[in-house]
Amino acid sequence: MGGGAILRYSLHRLAILLVVVFFLFPIFWIALMSLQTNESILRIPPSMVFTPIFDNYQALITGKLITQAGSLDLPFMKNLFNSFFLSAASVAVALILGVPAAYAFARFKFRLGENIAFTLLSFRFAPPLLVLLPLSLIYQTIGLDNSYVGLIWVYQLICLPLILWVVRSYFEDISPEIEHAYRIAGHNWGQSFLRIAIPLARPGIAAAGLLAFIFAWNNFVFALILASADKQPVTVGALAFVTASGIQYGQIAAAIILSILPTLLLALYAQRYLVEGLSLGAVKG
Amino acid sequence: MTDTVLQLANVNKYFGGSKAPMLHAVRDVSLDIKSGEIIALLGSSGCGKTTTLRMIAGFEQVSSGRIDLGGRAIHDQPPGKRGVAMAFEGYSLYPPLTVRENIGFALKSSRLVKSQQQQQIDDIAHLLEIQAIMGRYPSSISAGQQQRVSLGRALIRRAAVTLLDEPMGQLEPQLRAVLRGRLKKYLREHGMTTVLVTHDQTEANALADRIAVMEGGVIHQFASPAELKHRPATRFVAGFIGEPPMTLFNAEFAPTHSAPGQFAASQGQTGRAGGNGCDIILTDSEKKIRFAATGLSDAVTQRLLALGTATIGIRPHDVRLSQVPGPGPGSEQGENSAAEFPLTAAITANQWLGDQTHLALSLDGLPLVAVVHRPFHQAVGARISLSLAADKLHIFDLATERAVLHHGVWVS
Repeated sequence: MGGGAILRYSLHRLAILLVVVFFLFPIFWIALMSLQTNESILRIPPSMVFTPIFDNYQALITGKLITQAGSLDLPFMKNLFNSFFLSAASVAVALILGVPAAYAFARFKFRLGENIAFTLLSFRFAPPLLVLLPLSLIYQTIGLDNSYVGLIWVYQLICLPLILWVVRSYFEDISPEIEHAYRIAGHNWGQSFLRIAIPLARPGIAAAGLLAFIFAWNNFVFALILASADKQPVTVGALAFVTASGIQYGQIAAAIILSILPTLLLALYAQRYLVEGLSLGAVKG
Repeated sequence: MTDTVLQLANVNKYFGGSKAPMLHAVRDVSLDIKSGEIIALLGSSGCGKTTTLRMIAGFEQVSSGRIDLGGRAIHDQPPGKRGVAMAFEGYSLYPPLTVRENIGFALKSSRLVKSQQQQQIDDIAHLLEIQAIMGRYPSSISAGQQQRVSLGRALIRRAAVTLLDEPMGQLEPQLRAVLRGRLKKYLREHGMTTVLVTHDQTEANALADRIAVMEGGVIHQFASPAELKHRPATRFVAGFIGEPPMTLFNAEFAPTHSAPGQFAASQGQTGRAGGNGCDIILTDSEKKIRFAATGLSDAVTQRLLALGTATIGIRPHDVRLSQVPGPGPGSEQGENSAAEFPLTAAITANQWLGDQTHLALSLDGLPLVAVVHRPFHQAVGARISLSLAADKLHIFDLATERAVLHHGVWVS
């Protein structure tokens, strides 16, 4: 390795380091905040030197927030469960509906097919507020407001188009001849879908499912309007930290750390599928 | 004779709906394929041969007509119920399975005991020279190897009909030649009825008992390789079959006794004046070329004269070339030589292929291809004398493009 190569290597590493610091510093800072009292967080100038306390986490987990103004109930763990349940159920419904639909769009030409696919995609770029007002009126009329079913239904606006379009492109990348070979060997269409198409698209399905889960998890505005306290996910529940006696920065930071954890663990678990998905291109040959 | 196993009757395929079809890809195709017979669908890209194959397999719907296999209508059945095997042009191997598992896949549901299955897989591997890669995955082997695995996966099923879509397109020429022989032997030994799609005439000739030549969705001729060569049914088949193919000219027929000067023929020699002969006049050259049609029976001569105009074709091997250099433009040539080799052409290309010479000639501007089985030492630009013997010609009706005469014998 010559001097030029070493220099280039070092600069490359330095650039990567800068990017990582830029993106991870806020998270690092929030992790520090979650271990401090409000006073310690708000002191001027800010300092990284403090005595770590776990009061914030304790308050979140026990559900009791003690302030100067008195004790306050925090439904944070309930919110966390709601987030998890809503996201998981929405992704499950979206996979059950979206994967066969994606297969149909990838394999068959049918009347208005492209129009339907595009309409579903357009849900992604229409602002949610556009549909929220009529939707909340309709939900109140038919009794779906403040229900898990109603929220999972409206979450399909987030999950279904994503799964449909990502998985569709994976199905399109699989040669139909592989399925043809399987079918001509004495299997029917359904068997070739379940035994050939889905396993081959599995990395894509996993990636799309993961992304859909994260988008559903991060959703704020649908749940804000359509759900009341006991059905709210963490994104909405975090509003409770803006209390009469001030903004509870420490608890907000702890809540953020706790609510990042499930998606982070999921992403780490699904990473091998994502890598598999990227390397499928090499497999196709 | 053996019975018909696979029968296609008036099969049509329209793409884009049968009411306002955008493409009539397969037109009224009818084929009777006998048990154990190997047939080839031969044609250029887009001629409908692969669509026909896919209709037999069940991946394309038949727009009209019927397909019977063993006396049972199969054209409305799903592919899995038709009892056919197919090797795909795109190989389409199962990526998560090894080569051995891919080939043995169809045997899993068979009632053969394990050792017999392994024996069959090993036989196929030996046949296709893929023993060394049996444990590898499809992603790690070359295109040619994938193609052989795909072929093996279809062959091992020994189905009622085996469909092969360009089964050897990716193989190296030497291997292809070896495998052709082995493949044909295997198909024969197991009495496998086979439909092969190819654009390679050598492959079709080597493998198939009968070849269906397709163009524009129509079968022009369905016959043995020899029949296609010696008695091409249409002008298209004549211009397609053969390596190199036949040269075709537009021509007129005129009685010999009409005065030669009348046509302002630039070259050539009319037959004996006053005889019952007939002259052939090539009409597309800069100046008309006229020569006597000798060696034909009187009856044939009369029918040619009645026909008046036609397309004539001559196989490159049938062009007779004079051994001696031809006369230069304007110079006179000897009476005897002129009678035997009445035409003069310039050489535009001379290719020695190791066992034969391909000559591209210009007959007053008309391209003509000749093949001789010896080195030919004339340089490009040299002129040579030649003759087009009338009893070697293939003659096609101008309007119907169907053959009327082969080698002096009228087509009934």
